[in-house]
Amino acid sequence: MPMPALTTPPAPNVKLRMEHVDMLFERDGKSVSVLEDINLEVRDGEFVCLVGPSGCGKSTLLNVVSGFLSPTSGSVTIDGEVVRGPDPRRILVFQDRGVFPWLTVEGNIGFGLSNLRVAERDQRIAHYVQMMRLQGFEETYPSDLSGGMKQRLQVARALAVNPDILYLDEPFGALDSVTRLIMRGELLRIWQTERRTIIFVTHDIDEAVQLADRVVVLSSRPAKIQDILTIDIAHPRNISSTRYLEHRDDLLRKIGVAYTV
Amino acid sequence: MLRGIGDLLHHGLLLKYVVASLFRVTWGFLLAAVIAIPLGLTIGWYRRSEMAFNPLVQVFRPISPLAWIPIAILWFGVGDLAAIFLIFVGCFFPLLVTAMSAVHNVPSVYVNVGRNFGLNTADFLYRVLYPAVVPQLIIGSRITLGIAWLVVVAAEMIAVNSGLGFLIVDARNAGNRYDLVIGGMVIIGTIGLLLDSGMRSLERVKSFRWGYSEN
Repeated sequence: MPMPALTTPPAPNVKLRMEHVDMLFERDGKSVSVLEDINLEVRDGEFVCLVGPSGCGKSTLLNVVSGFLSPTSGSVTIDGEVVRGPDPRRILVFQDRGVFPWLTVEGNIGFGLSNLRVAERDQRIAHYVQMMRLQGFEETYPSDLSGGMKQRLQVARALAVNPDILYLDEPFGALDSVTRLIMRGELLRIWQTERRTIIFVTHDIDEAVQLADRVVVLSSRPAKIQDILTIDIAHPRNISSTRYLEHRDDLLRKIGVAYTV
Repeated sequence: MLRGIGDLLHHGLLLKYVVASLFRVTWGFLLAAVIAIPLGLTIGWYRRSEMAFNPLVQVFRPISPLAWIPIAILWFGVGDLAAIFLIFVGCFFPLLVTAMSAVHNVPSVYVNVGRNFGLNTADFLYRVLYPAVVPQLIIGSRITLGIAWLVVVAAEMIAVNSGLGFLIVDARNAGNRYDLVIGGMVIIGTIGLLLDSGMRSLERVKSFRWGYSEN
């Protein structure tokens, strides 16, 4: 059991803190280290991207932070409170198959709202249908939606329960490049209007530089934090400006190093 | 043959036999479904209980329901209960195995989303696990209902004095009325087809359809 007494009180504005997070998996009798001494603080309302070579443990880290996996050692605290399991105050958005195929668009958005009164729930659903541009599809089942709409639906379902943190695990990874670009714009628009803390896992360098306040570069397995880049460009970002390209090349270089570690 | 069927219809026997057979199938199948499906879902959900129960299930499963006929008659005598018991036995294991494997096939993403939104156990069962397994349960039930229809005919040949299986045996014993034997077979086939298309229509229900149309 982690010792909460030893956890330092969070600095003002720190939303989420990872301290000495290690993760070991037992595989065929051998223990494999996936995460090694991860230390990170995420500010309230910050947009952080986790990037790193594929298979490095980005998703594992997200699963630990969101409470689906317990770290072998170390701790994750949110608002000074140790994370002990998944919690509806922070919602994880999956890359694929995240929406329930047996529920309509409305049913999916309302999934986490069953404790609200009907009128309030309907109003909330209508609000996120509109925000996610799903008007006209309220009664549609996910099998009749495009990939991009399914992901918008998943984000809508997450936002509907008013979480303070959104975890996104390569949410646009299965989409075509045009849809992906549109979805990034939509996510930024939501982030700017609703001001949630976002932790976004991606292997797409451009995606990270377009979206994040800070980009956390993880090394190959076992994942350690190799670098943290601050992207100090205001939104909307001009993706052919010199500063954008500088940041991108910088990140590419760092990832390139990561690939050879 | 058609005249034979006509005779039976005229005497009201055919309708009586069809109703008798359907009555037994319905009860045997429903009893098995009510017990085997929740049990299979539970066993499948807890890996350990599956390890414990699976050998037992696999020993009972290959025993033909017809092998239970003597025991059925011993326990329940000649009558509806014996036939219903045989159908129950024939349906129980296929449904149990279907339910167990249906739980395994639920994508972990659905389970994780349910946990993330903080559902309690009852809500989780009703709003995530149950809808996620329904399409597979329908397929399993379709196949099992076919088995039930096979078993009822065999059971009626031995364990009761009415029904379509009895009709066939009786027609032969009572003077080699092969027209009625064939007629009985045609009726059995036709009703089997109707039962199957009834089950298939469930697959078109909108909130179940995802389980079949997914590529």
